[in-house]
Amino acid sequence: MSGGFDSWIDIGALEDIPSAGARVVKTAQGCVAVFRTANDQVFALDDRCPHKGGPLSEGIVHGTAVTCPLHAWVFSLETGQAQGADAGTVATYPVRVADGRILLDGRRLARRVAA
Amino acid sequence: MMPQAPKAGNLVVIGAGMASGRMLEHLFETAPDAWNVTLFNAEPRGNYNRLMLSPVLSGEKTYEQIVTHDAGWYAAHGVDCRFGEAVVKIDRANRVVYSNQGGAPYDKLVIATGSAPFIIPVPGKDLKGVVTYRDLEDTNAMIAAARPGATAVVIGGGLLGLEAAAGMAARGASVTVIHLMGHLMERQLDPSAGYLLQKDLERRGITVHCHGATKAILGKTHVEAVLLEDGTVYPADLVCMAVGIRPETRIATDAHLEVERGILVNDRMQTSDPAIFALGECVQFENQLFGLVAPLYDQAKVLAATLAGQVAAFRPVQTATRLKVTGVELFSAGDFAEGPGREDIVFRDPGRGVYKRLVIEGDRLLGAVMYGDTADGAWFFSQIKDGTDISGHRDTLIFGPAFQGGSQADPLAAVAALPPEAEICGCNGVCKGKIIAAIQDGAVTLDAVRAQTKASSSCGTCTGLVEQVMALTLGEGFRTNANPPVCQCTQHSHDDVRRLIRAGGLKSIPAVMQELGWKTAGGCATCRPALNYYLLADWPLEYRDDRQSRFVNERNHANIQKDGTYSVVPRMWGGVTTPAELRAIADAADRYNVPMVKVTGGQRIDLLGVKKEDLPAIWADLNAAGMVSGHAYSKGLRTVKTCVGSEFCRFGTQDSTGLGIKLEKLLWGSWTPAKVKLGVSGCPRNCAEATCKDIGVVCVDSGFEISVAGAAGMEVKQTEPLCKVATETEAMEVIAAFIQLYRENARYLHRIYKWVAKVGLDWVRAQMADPANRKALYDRFLVSQQVYQSDPWAEHAAADQRGKWAALADLTLEAAE
Repeated sequence: MSGGFDSWIDIGALEDIPSAGARVVKTAQGCVAVFRTANDQVFALDDRCPHKGGPLSEGIVHGTAVTCPLHAWVFSLETGQAQGADAGTVATYPVRVADGRILLDGRRLARRVAA
Repeated sequence: MMPQAPKAGNLVVIGAGMASGRMLEHLFETAPDAWNVTLFNAEPRGNYNRLMLSPVLSGEKTYEQIVTHDAGWYAAHGVDCRFGEAVVKIDRANRVVYSNQGGAPYDKLVIATGSAPFIIPVPGKDLKGVVTYRDLEDTNAMIAAARPGATAVVIGGGLLGLEAAAGMAARGASVTVIHLMGHLMERQLDPSAGYLLQKDLERRGITVHCHGATKAILGKTHVEAVLLEDGTVYPADLVCMAVGIRPETRIATDAHLEVERGILVNDRMQTSDPAIFALGECVQFENQLFGLVAPLYDQAKVLAATLAGQVAAFRPVQTATRLKVTGVELFSAGDFAEGPGREDIVFRDPGRGVYKRLVIEGDRLLGAVMYGDTADGAWFFSQIKDGTDISGHRDTLIFGPAFQGGSQADPLAAVAALPPEAEICGCNGVCKGKIIAAIQDGAVTLDAVRAQTKASSSCGTCTGLVEQVMALTLGEGFRTNANPPVCQCTQHSHDDVRRLIRAGGLKSIPAVMQELGWKTAGGCATCRPALNYYLLADWPLEYRDDRQSRFVNERNHANIQKDGTYSVVPRMWGGVTTPAELRAIADAADRYNVPMVKVTGGQRIDLLGVKKEDLPAIWADLNAAGMVSGHAYSKGLRTVKTCVGSEFCRFGTQDSTGLGIKLEKLLWGSWTPAKVKLGVSGCPRNCAEATCKDIGVVCVDSGFEISVAGAAGMEVKQTEPLCKVATETEAMEVIAAFIQLYRENARYLHRIYKWVAKVGLDWVRAQMADPANRKALYDRFLVSQQVYQSDPWAEHAAADQRGKWAALADLTLEAAE
């Protein structure tokens, strides 16, 4: 990376993700799902449901939650916590939007690799 | 504050179950200010309707809907609630009860500790994932475990075990019931009814293993399988033990009260200590234990009267049993064992799966077992209870009350024929006369009748009967309200939402959510796909399909598999293909390393295991060979299965292949409430299996027999005749119009057979019989097809669209630094 004054990685434009949808970012440790809510909030979570490994990026996004496409577990995009009667957590990553670009925290991703 | 009346003293109640809850209701009615009540409950909540845990398990109700007494009720009656506190000791000498958090003095004490489930002492009984079926925690554990694809084993084929099995199966789990005896529910059913029940359950995909003795539950820390004595092994993510209950008497035993199997009580519900009373499943009275709710409610009435200083005595009465599994009709009452001097009257209708058996001794009816049609259960039960002399109507007895002089065609006749004292609600002992009186006093809704009489407020199986009594009493003024809301985001039912979308001219999901008062911001994964469908079906020209409200398969135009890959199925019109198409499919399978190529049940070829990023490319290849999406993933037109018909077959009467292709070309691309499959057979030999499809055509010499509402999935059902037409053109118009009728009226996710069952085939026939109406439906179908009959693969395979199917970014290298 050039500059090096921070660790935020530009992964694409906000418009590249459909409203109330998601796209994935490939990493060496598996995919991270980057969600865009109907209100243009952006969240990044592991693209893997703790239940049976379903791709959360393919779930229906409602409010600030996503429903896993395989067995309908619901996760908060803010905390990664399973909602309702289900118990489980998905790792979340710092992500922000600046000038229409989505920035993902590379340090946290790196830490995930080390862990 | 309310004025404080002098109280007789402190009443402490141990256990906030249904029996003690009912007792408190009676007590507060008759002597509201008599006692300072302290209520202990080991569960961290108050009184809820335990009988309704089964609908909660199956997803038909929520916990909130089965709460009997909420915090407001306890507060209004000044009850000191000690929930989550298990009582550990009764100090009889000083009249103090101790929980793990402190003591409470009493003048009178009521023990209502209910029962505890039996745990069979087999290896592995303590593994994680082994539950019983007793309270909300158990229910939630089963709900969590009963995911589609999960496996569950229920040990015990009695009432509770079967409700647990059906509930988990309804949630998509694959369930096996292990039962020690030769047939299910042997205490309530004879072998014939047990057999019909087993068949019904097996039709729901539940495996039943009778004569099965559990040897061990296998697993390391969590349950993995169940091993039977005969060596059979059933894999299990969850095991539910439902082999029976025993009275929970430990606290009474420790306090040296007289206890045998249960806590001994007299007919005033008094234990061997005059200051201590007991009721419910923990007591034993005259050598009997009590598990059903009706005698418990009688006990509650008696104990409330006793505590209010009145005279009352408990007399056990006969009880009847119904199974609370939606769609299973089962009733048993009285004594139906065979014996000297006893005679049977048996009625069987194998086609409908109906079985009725009456057991008679002398001139009296002793017992009744009914399966499949239980409408007359209440009437038989009252004949058993009252010891009615049946010698005068023995000939027609088994046909029920409607046949005792009068017409039986009216479905309400059976209820109309009941005398006022006939019991409608067995749980709460409410007779028909009491319900009618309540209705005449102004209770015109089911909820109002429930509130005033308690009828149908416990297990709910008599709801239909109560509604029939209301229909009889109110006539035209009565409308049933059996439509549950779409999801937790709204109060409105599917039917109401559809009606309001049209009435209000609502043409977007946000408009619907706003105008109909959705409780959540963006809906949920249940309502959003439903709303998207309703809007595109009602406003084909104005509404724009919301891809983000589609389930993954419809959004990605391919079926997601459990490993996140997809399956690709090109359309093969009427199941006919060509060498060129087969070559293109083979090439695509090679090029994209497709792990499995499989022939489907719908006469086409499935390429399984395709990676998401390869989808646009494989579609482009298939498009280039002239193939389009087979919509094998959609709530829409799937396949039209055909036989070779008159072109090749020596029996064929018409060109069934040709008609199938024409139908598929007319109908493909249409979205429907649930998937739609057709079959066209060239003669009544029916090689295309048309009569178990959503819509079936059977060709005959004189034309085409069109039948609808078949099923061959979770349920198996033959189609029912819709009409017969002479020409192919008419057949196509009728079928397209029928599908449009379905598109406009059905609830989202209801297959055609469910929808027809709901609206009635007669209504459907009437709609289709009117030529103008039929033409209008057909025209509206064609309008929609102008918009929606286009190949989604071609759209997404376009060069400028392909990028969207790949990852947004690839940080594989960066993250590895």
